[in-house]
Amino acid sequence: MSAGKTYRVLPGFPLTLGYTLVYLSLMVLIPLSAVFLKSMTLSLEEFWAIISAPRVVASYQISFGISLLAAAINAVFGLIFAWVLVRYHFPGKRLIDALVDLPFALPTAVAGIALTALYAGNGWLGQWLEPLGVKVAFTPLGILVALTFIGLPFVVRTVQPVLEDLDMELEEAAASLGANRGQTFWRVILPVLTPALLTGFALAFARAVGEYGSVIFIAGNVPMVSEITPLLIITKLEQYDYVGATAIAVVMLVFSFILLFLINGLQIWANRSRARN
Amino acid sequence: MGAGVASHWTVHARRFEANAATREPAWLKGVLITVALLFFGLFLLLPLATVFVEAFRKGWTVYLAALVEPDAWAAIVLTLTVAAIAVPLNLVFGVMAAWAITKFDFRGKQLLTTLIDLPFSVSPVIAGLIYVLIFGAQGWFGPWLIENDVKIIFAVPGLVLATVFVTFPFVARELIPLMEAQGREEEEAAIVLGASGWKTFWYVTLPNIKWGLIYGVVLCNARAMGEFGAVSVVSGHIRGRTNTLPLHVEILYNEYQFAAAFAVASLLALLALLTLVIKSFVEWRGRQAMNAGQEL
Repeated sequence: MSAGKTYRVLPGFPLTLGYTLVYLSLMVLIPLSAVFLKSMTLSLEEFWAIISAPRVVASYQISFGISLLAAAINAVFGLIFAWVLVRYHFPGKRLIDALVDLPFALPTAVAGIALTALYAGNGWLGQWLEPLGVKVAFTPLGILVALTFIGLPFVVRTVQPVLEDLDMELEEAAASLGANRGQTFWRVILPVLTPALLTGFALAFARAVGEYGSVIFIAGNVPMVSEITPLLIITKLEQYDYVGATAIAVVMLVFSFILLFLINGLQIWANRSRARN
Repeated sequence: MGAGVASHWTVHARRFEANAATREPAWLKGVLITVALLFFGLFLLLPLATVFVEAFRKGWTVYLAALVEPDAWAAIVLTLTVAAIAVPLNLVFGVMAAWAITKFDFRGKQLLTTLIDLPFSVSPVIAGLIYVLIFGAQGWFGPWLIENDVKIIFAVPGLVLATVFVTFPFVARELIPLMEAQGREEEEAAIVLGASGWKTFWYVTLPNIKWGLIYGVVLCNARAMGEFGAVSVVSGHIRGRTNTLPLHVEILYNEYQFAAAFAVASLLALLALLTLVIKSFVEWRGRQAMNAGQEL
């Protein structure tokens, strides 16, 4: 901060900032504005009629509802995962840690067909589940499985570093003051982890809402039952209903922007509370 | 490999396990490890194993035939081409953006950093849609493009644009925290000693950020080659011409050619595994460099 505006030692400020702004505008900001500009060709009533049609509303409920559930599952199991990786020593730990990022690296279409094969009636898991009356593939439950897979690394990777940085003294102090292990976890450890946990949850949720590739194979894609919002946009596009697709895209984009700024706030909070500890 | 990381991990975990004040009862530890392992098996190991088992279900000959078939080959070439254009573009951008953001103070820095992350929170389907709205037949430039016989949508340029969009933040995102943590003193010293800006970047900054840069590029590349939703919107699915590998997988799968679909998918799964190996290696190197720095 002390360098200020008048005195910069390092070169390249106009070039790098200029390039960044131009490239960002050309590749991201201007293209995204196309969605909003296109939707303005609609009157407010037309816009509302498209985004509140029963089939579209049903798709919001499916996309947002199941994404929320998947993110919640990831929050719980991601926390357990991070805990086990940081606090316990057991064989195969390094391999597991490396493979946690698989959902980031594996193309979504591959994840989609693999999960479908696994949970279909003749699949390794499906053949055991279907006799029990649990149908996963081609039902909303299949969407939940795919979105849980996609979101898995987010919580683990946000909680893990915070847990690694956590001072042992903190827990020793709690124990010496008479707290049992459960109390120490709920009152001392969990509050420190909360910002990171919420960040991971929000990231997994944001990713799940927009997810397309892994879901469409396993979902069955029945309108009103297992049709996600991104698929509805594709369907409208294939029918050359560009305006309809754009209107729904606006709803999703506005939601993404709100979530992005929320996540940013969470991350700032997480960094501050990490610096404090 | 990984003596540094392994010992770091083992030491950390053992310290907590050895301390009566910071360890859980053995049964609880057992339950937590079991739950984690079950979840790991169910959600990560089984889907990965499925890809390879299904790919080889009909034997080696069917597997190989699926990969050398002309449409598959065209898809491989197209996927490599698109990544070869999109990744360098985002690499240059990532370095430029990280330099501007971490080496200087200016107003709106936080907003700029947020905007760079924006493509991550946009659905891939919308990433494809925006380019249809701009370059499609009914789009802003549609009539002009048709008149001049320039194809962007349902052609390679559209695939590249959509891929650049979805992989936009990867390199910048990896470099910004890294360069932020390293500060500016080393570069400032080089400049004061008379080095040019370019030399300073090449001999001072680049060696410091090398591993983070490689990691960012590897992740960017994995996503570029594996992207499905965005390219699906702009591709038009012309076999042998505008089908990337993931789209080829979809077509085969929808035609019930499961063994072939999984054979092609196994290539992408191998790419993912290779990405994870490089990632682990880079993290190991990064930790080693950090330890070396602490010892000095």
